[in-house]
Amino acid sequence: MASSIAASRLQGTGTNALELDNVGRHFGALVALSGITMRIAAGARRAVLGSNGAGKTTLFNAITGDFLPSYGRIRFFGEDITGLAPQERIRRGLRRTYQISQLFRNLSVRDSVYLACRGVSNGRFSLVRPGAGDGAMLQAESILHAVHLDAEADVLVGTLSHGEQRQLEIALALAGAPRFILFDEPAAGLSPTERRDLIEILNALPRHIGFVIIEHDLDVALRVSDYVSMMHNGRLFKEGTPEEIENDAEVQQIYLGGGHG
Amino acid sequence: MSLLTEVGSPAASRPHFPELFTQGHALLGFVLLVYPALASDFFVTQIGAYSLIVGLIALSLMVLAGYGGMVSMAQITIAGAAAYVVAILGDNNSGVHGLGWSWWIVVPVAAGSASVLSAIFGWIAVRTEGIYTIMITLAIATACFYFTQQNYALFNGFPGYSGLRAPTVLGVYWRDPQPFYYLCLTVAAIGYVAVLYAARSTFGLTLQAIRDNPRRMRAIGFDVTAHKVFAWWLAGLLAGVAGVLLAWFNGRVSPGTIAVAPAINILVVAVIGGLRHPIGPFVGALVVVVIQTFAIDIVGAERFNTLIGLFFLVIVFISPDGILGLWARYGPHPERDGKTSG
Repeated sequence: MASSIAASRLQGTGTNALELDNVGRHFGALVALSGITMRIAAGARRAVLGSNGAGKTTLFNAITGDFLPSYGRIRFFGEDITGLAPQERIRRGLRRTYQISQLFRNLSVRDSVYLACRGVSNGRFSLVRPGAGDGAMLQAESILHAVHLDAEADVLVGTLSHGEQRQLEIALALAGAPRFILFDEPAAGLSPTERRDLIEILNALPRHIGFVIIEHDLDVALRVSDYVSMMHNGRLFKEGTPEEIENDAEVQQIYLGGGHG
Repeated sequence: MSLLTEVGSPAASRPHFPELFTQGHALLGFVLLVYPALASDFFVTQIGAYSLIVGLIALSLMVLAGYGGMVSMAQITIAGAAAYVVAILGDNNSGVHGLGWSWWIVVPVAAGSASVLSAIFGWIAVRTEGIYTIMITLAIATACFYFTQQNYALFNGFPGYSGLRAPTVLGVYWRDPQPFYYLCLTVAAIGYVAVLYAARSTFGLTLQAIRDNPRRMRAIGFDVTAHKVFAWWLAGLLAGVAGVLLAWFNGRVSPGTIAVAPAINILVVAVIGGLRHPIGPFVGALVVVVIQTFAIDIVGAERFNTLIGLFFLVIVFISPDGILGLWARYGPHPERDGKTSG
């Protein structure tokens, strides 16, 4: 098992982590995404910016399979995943977080992260209780440590503060051996201190893990990414390095509402 | 394998199954064991054993509804399926079928068929959520009721099967009051302890997580449909075993066993008891069986359902978590305010 994962990872090097070919999605007459074509190399860190309703979260939903695109192809490390069920994509190393926390309110923090680790390994139907020495349980402990949630391990998720719930969102995305992560506004509603923590956590991710981050806070987005895609009305309309985007007049017009120097 | 190499302090080794070894369980076990010595045969069988059987069927509903968020109206249908298998493969005196197979092959086949039927029901029902799950399972239960009533080739139609007898094993006739009580107690205890244990197993956690957020479960690698169907299969096993006991208890099975009223009765039992803990269905079963048995003496045969209905209303009104919820609020609680909050 471990060797096959390693082999697939080796095979993955050199190809793109994520390739989108002309991906579109419409809900009835509403065009949420149209003709998105994107190539993201393994290990690359991409920020996706755009105003509300630009189609950013719809793009994530299409990539993770929360719903299928109306047309277009999506490849993950060279493999066509366009029609795969969400859990199959996750087991191949794709991960995501949600803009509005999607958590298990009545489970403990530890059990939540344990399930995320179990979901990408074997024994998902086990009727035996996981011991403290269980592999997935050990990994859950180390992830809780990495996102600074050790002290909250036994607390029910529903009683966590907003900031802690956002940390748990990230913890769930780190389970197993992620190869590529989609972060949907991880900084939403965080305090300035929590934002600094978040930037630290994102920058501490091993370099082979690439990610796409949707973020309204340019401070966060431009500090953790090495390339930026701008979306508007369901289309990609500009790509560049963080510096290029920051200084682009058209971007400032649409995204920052003009008047930025 | 691990993404993050540093390992936090390993969790202090916790006992594997601490909830089982409590004073409450010791006391309850003692009372249940000595009960037949203190009670008449009527109380041992009609109240004791019957409450345990009904509680076991309601426990199968508690597994689906409490842990899985799937309210099923078809649990009595699944138990009834096992009872019909007992009648068809074992002995009956209705003169139809009754293949006369031994109990040790009939019982596993009955429980197994019921669990497979349950998985099929589940596979149909998991496409729906909330009130639609209730409606679709009610539709299944109703359809099965009318089918058994009209089908004479397999189910012997309206009269069903009578003359079902528990086996005599080790020189004991297992339908005699005390042996039957202890048989029901053993089976119910195994079911209760298994559910209590499995609730914190990997699968138990997945089921509760699916109840809380199925979308997120897919996004961490779980096949939600497969887990729900497996839960139905397990619940079907509980209901199926209870169905075998029910067949021996009544000595008969007919469409009336799986009619809509008994289907609703199981839901009432589970809700009155409470869906948050596997003891709830048994508490609810005891209360409902006692009321059903004695309401006739209090308000007459015409009105006993009114009394049950009123009791149901009062419980649901003052405590959405049933009697368990009342216990949690007003019962003795040494560890209250002990943990929670962060």
